Amino acid sequence: MKDDQEDLFEQEVEALITAINAHYGYDFSGYARASVYRRIRRFMDNKRLPGIPELQQAVLRDSYFFEGFLQEVTVNVTEMFRDPSFFLSLRQHVLPRLSTYPHIKIWDAGCSTGEELFSLLILLEEEGLLKRTKVYATDINQKVLKEAREGIYPARSIAAYTAGYYAAGGKREFSSYYTSNYGGIKFNSSLLKNVLFYPHNLATDFSFNEFHLIICRNVLIYFTRELQEKVYALFDESLVPLGYLGLGKKETLTLAGISKDFEVIDKSNRIYRKIR
Amino acid sequence: MLHRLRNNDSDLQSVYARKLALQVQEIEEKETLAPGNVYIAPPNYHVLLEKDLSFSLDSSELENFSRPSIDVTFASAARVLGKGVAGILLSGANSDGSKGLKAIAEKGGLAIVQDPAEAEVATMPAAGLRLTPACRVFTLQKIQDFLTSLL
Repeated sequence: MKDDQEDLFEQEVEALITAINAHYGYDFSGYARASVYRRIRRFMDNKRLPGIPELQQAVLRDSYFFEGFLQEVTVNVTEMFRDPSFFLSLRQHVLPRLSTYPHIKIWDAGCSTGEELFSLLILLEEEGLLKRTKVYATDINQKVLKEAREGIYPARSIAAYTAGYYAAGGKREFSSYYTSNYGGIKFNSSLLKNVLFYPHNLATDFSFNEFHLIICRNVLIYFTRELQEKVYALFDESLVPLGYLGLGKKETLTLAGISKDFEVIDKSNRIYRKIR
Repeated sequence: MLHRLRNNDSDLQSVYARKLALQVQEIEEKETLAPGNVYIAPPNYHVLLEKDLSFSLDSSELENFSRPSIDVTFASAARVLGKGVAGILLSGANSDGSKGLKAIAEKGGLAIVQDPAEAEVATMPAAGLRLTPACRVFTLQKIQDFLTSLL
């Protein structure tokens, strides 16, 4: 059914994945291939590289070039209040429970450039929990963590983000959270007071704390089932009893090994709670 | 594949399910393509097909101002299914899908566009026809007959 050209491309990608792991310690073997192929093709088109051998040579020789490759292959596209109903549900069903703890710990896993993080921080602020919450924001990619820490986003996104904020139950003026300047908006740095940024690779790194809530949205879709299982086990291990897990709109615990240890809090918004 | 509003749930699935004798479902990630099913692309995700016929979802950049993008899914299906896939472009207001349709034709699959003269908005099928002049141009009636013949 498939032609030789496709087969060769796929073999070369496997060799590239092995070489990158040996050279840089980033393991992409658990990434869903269809998406990896597409990201690699896209990157090669942008860089005008004729084939995988040329790509491999450039990636292994030049660590700065590799950074760009890493950025492209690990999708970093995100937005504020993506699926506002998810954030509304957090506000209504999860945060009231978290408020019973004297100190709250939250892990935003795969926080990318921080849009989701700021959405969460605004919710915490409005529910009066920000001051006693520590948020651990992690990503595989150091460059996006730096951008998240800066909290600067293009002004053209404001209309969509403002609509998302109100749809997520926003209680104030959205504009009170940021200042506008030079075609961009910068979120108030006071929001970040209790945020810790760490590089963390879900594919290879271990549990590093215990959390009352873990949010990991639209990250696991890029992983194979096997790697997903591993990450779910990592989340299970990293949650306190009765801790919450929030996934992306199309991600589900239904088929995961840990599903028997979790109850569904909000089916359509993919919010779960650890019960065992 | 349908271009539609992001961040919105819709009843599209039940609308189709009521009219069809087939199983209709919105794609969940890693679900495996099975015979006798109609799959609807979820809003706000690209849909890719893996070699083992499971779906991968992807929330990366818009393509042709669209997510899901028809180009992305068609190109992915062409690579995995080769001759075993048919792509049909219906009425639509941009040229998304034309490159994907070409990919399907190039891998030996069946490329079909709705007759632009009949389409409510001709842009999409016309763009498909322009990029793949050898594709088949079917009226809705003929598309229906073709799909029924597959069952």
